[in-house]
Amino acid sequence: MDKNKHFLVGIFNDQDDLLHGVEDIRKKGVKIHEVFTPFPIHGLEHALGYEKSWAPKAAFMFGFLGTCLAITMQVGMMAIDWPMVIGGKPYLSIPDFVPVSFEFTVLLASYGMTLTFLFVRGYLPHAVPRIFDIRSTDDKHVMAIDLANNSLSEEQIRSIVKDAHAEEVYRRDFTDEENKGSFLKYVVDLFTNGVTRSSRIAHHR
Amino acid sequence: MQIVSEVREPLVTGGKTHKDVTEDICKQIEGAPAPAWLASFAASLLALAIGGYYLGDLLWNGIGKWGLNKSVQWAWDITNFVWWVGIGHAGTLISAVLLLFRQKWRTSINRAAEAMTIFAVICALFWPIAHMGRPWIGPVWAFPLPNTYGSLWVNFNSPLLWDVFAIGTYFSVSLLFWYVGLVPDFATIRDRATSKISRLMYGMLSLGWDGSAKSWMHYEAVSLILAGLSTPLVLSVHTIVSFDFATSVIPGWHTTIFPPYFVAGAIFSGFAMVLTLMLVTRKVYHLEDYITIEHIEMMNIIIIVTGSVVGIAYLTEFFIAWYSGVEFELYAFINRSTGPYWWAYLSMMTCNVVSPQLFWIKSIRTSLTWTFVLSIIVNIGMWFERFVIIVTSLHRDYLPSSWTYFVPTIHDVGTYLFTFGLFFTFFFLFAKFFPVINMAEVKSVLKEANSKMYRARRTLVTEPLPSIEEKVTEKEAH
Repeated sequence: MDKNKHFLVGIFNDQDDLLHGVEDIRKKGVKIHEVFTPFPIHGLEHALGYEKSWAPKAAFMFGFLGTCLAITMQVGMMAIDWPMVIGGKPYLSIPDFVPVSFEFTVLLASYGMTLTFLFVRGYLPHAVPRIFDIRSTDDKHVMAIDLANNSLSEEQIRSIVKDAHAEEVYRRDFTDEENKGSFLKYVVDLFTNGVTRSSRIAHHR
Repeated sequence: MQIVSEVREPLVTGGKTHKDVTEDICKQIEGAPAPAWLASFAASLLALAIGGYYLGDLLWNGIGKWGLNKSVQWAWDITNFVWWVGIGHAGTLISAVLLLFRQKWRTSINRAAEAMTIFAVICALFWPIAHMGRPWIGPVWAFPLPNTYGSLWVNFNSPLLWDVFAIGTYFSVSLLFWYVGLVPDFATIRDRATSKISRLMYGMLSLGWDGSAKSWMHYEAVSLILAGLSTPLVLSVHTIVSFDFATSVIPGWHTTIFPPYFVAGAIFSGFAMVLTLMLVTRKVYHLEDYITIEHIEMMNIIIIVTGSVVGIAYLTEFFIAWYSGVEFELYAFINRSTGPYWWAYLSMMTCNVVSPQLFWIKSIRTSLTWTFVLSIIVNIGMWFERFVIIVTSLHRDYLPSSWTYFVPTIHDVGTYLFTFGLFFTFFFLFAKFFPVINMAEVKSVLKEANSKMYRARRTLVTEPLPSIEEKVTEKEAH
């Protein structure tokens, strides 16, 4: 079995061309693997047919956990484990627990949500990204189409992408090794062969 | 009748393309440091070293080295703490509150302002830690850790403990928000890097960011929620800082106006500090096309608003002190303005209430020199505000025999210098190694907000298309 990955890469210059292009290309039955852009483009997720982000749910759940933990901690310490008379006030004074509960809610909601996002999407310090075209972090929008995933021929897809106002269209193959991307190999390669040769982020030509 | 919304000034001038944004920001990181940068960095290291000497002496001999006395037990330390925390607030305000309000002009200044927040909060955190005297056993006083030094747990009824949680959360969440914003820009630098070390370092910092549409979708949601969480957070932080005073029974501190008044003051001083830093960065890095006069004017308008709120708060405080009929309260305020510290009160009033009113004049709020000078004056004024609140309320204790006059020692000045050294060392390192402008966000507003598009819209407004008028008349006819 062929373990290598074969992609057709379309480069778009303008964000509006890209948005319309994605719609046209999908209408013509081509499955888009992913689009890589230097900045967020509103509406692109709808054009690609992605489901809404789950981030709000994660934030709520972590935030709720934070509130519960903070209240449990404060009630447990102040009223159950070691009650102290402070100025003759009640041991359990809920208004005094509001600030810490609020702060803890915010802390857990932010860190819980963000770290979940980074872990789930695989954004970690040792991650080696599969870069289709290095210009996708600069000024170009890069569309990747997995040829194995599409029934149309390479030539047909090429002309569809061209018709959707892609600036250039070219083929990009990843070997199995490149596809998996190991941090150790990446670092070794970087220091033995230098920057331009380092496997996965090398220039495409 | 024709209704046309006003055409906004371009956010980015000079007809910049996406490629230009990358070039302009990255070249500061990739090139050799500018002589001006080296000189400023050396100066801040010197401040850090001199301040470090006094800090070492203070830690070795104890905080008796400060000018505190039996009546004035809080002075420069807490003044500086509140001052630095307040400065931090502008960064969050710009990045979070203005994001929620969809104010696109924030994109050029949010990165540096957030960096300022983080460094200012570090400087603020330094003060209560130094004030502990023995900071190495501080964790058991500040965090809920069981210990044998006194009561078993920390006291959750105390605003000082709320402060630990508030400032701790604020620092952590600001750091997270800032870092998440930096990730795509680190990826841009990584993909341009030519040296092995920077390719590796920026590669790790960028967490392997690839800018895929699905990630951007989650990223946008995460940013928006972080902004939504940071907004009440930033308001809560200075509210809780003001509780340190407001929940006490000291005349002059025991006022319910403190929370909103402190928050307004924080935004006021923070914007002033952002302006001081941005005007210098803009000049040194030639960022005139990104941080335009329009940006500076916007920030100056916020300074007028918050400065006026602070001014009204000063007057309200005074009025309420008289209106309450509590003679101790009234005495505290009369003593504040006419007592031995009248000069501090006068400095506060001049710098905070009078001087920002100059920004009503358009030529002053669009002048770089005036803005720079006034931004520094505002920060001096805000320092005096905290000094006035803290020291003048304490120096005349209940018994006239314990009335004192606080005079700072060289250790007060030295440790204050230390925090300046710390702040500027961090800031200059940031300015050299991190992108000072959020490239991804500027690129996302570039198409609709650059000067070319502005000219096109301008022509559309001055020579309206006939179809618009026809449609309106049709509607009116119905």
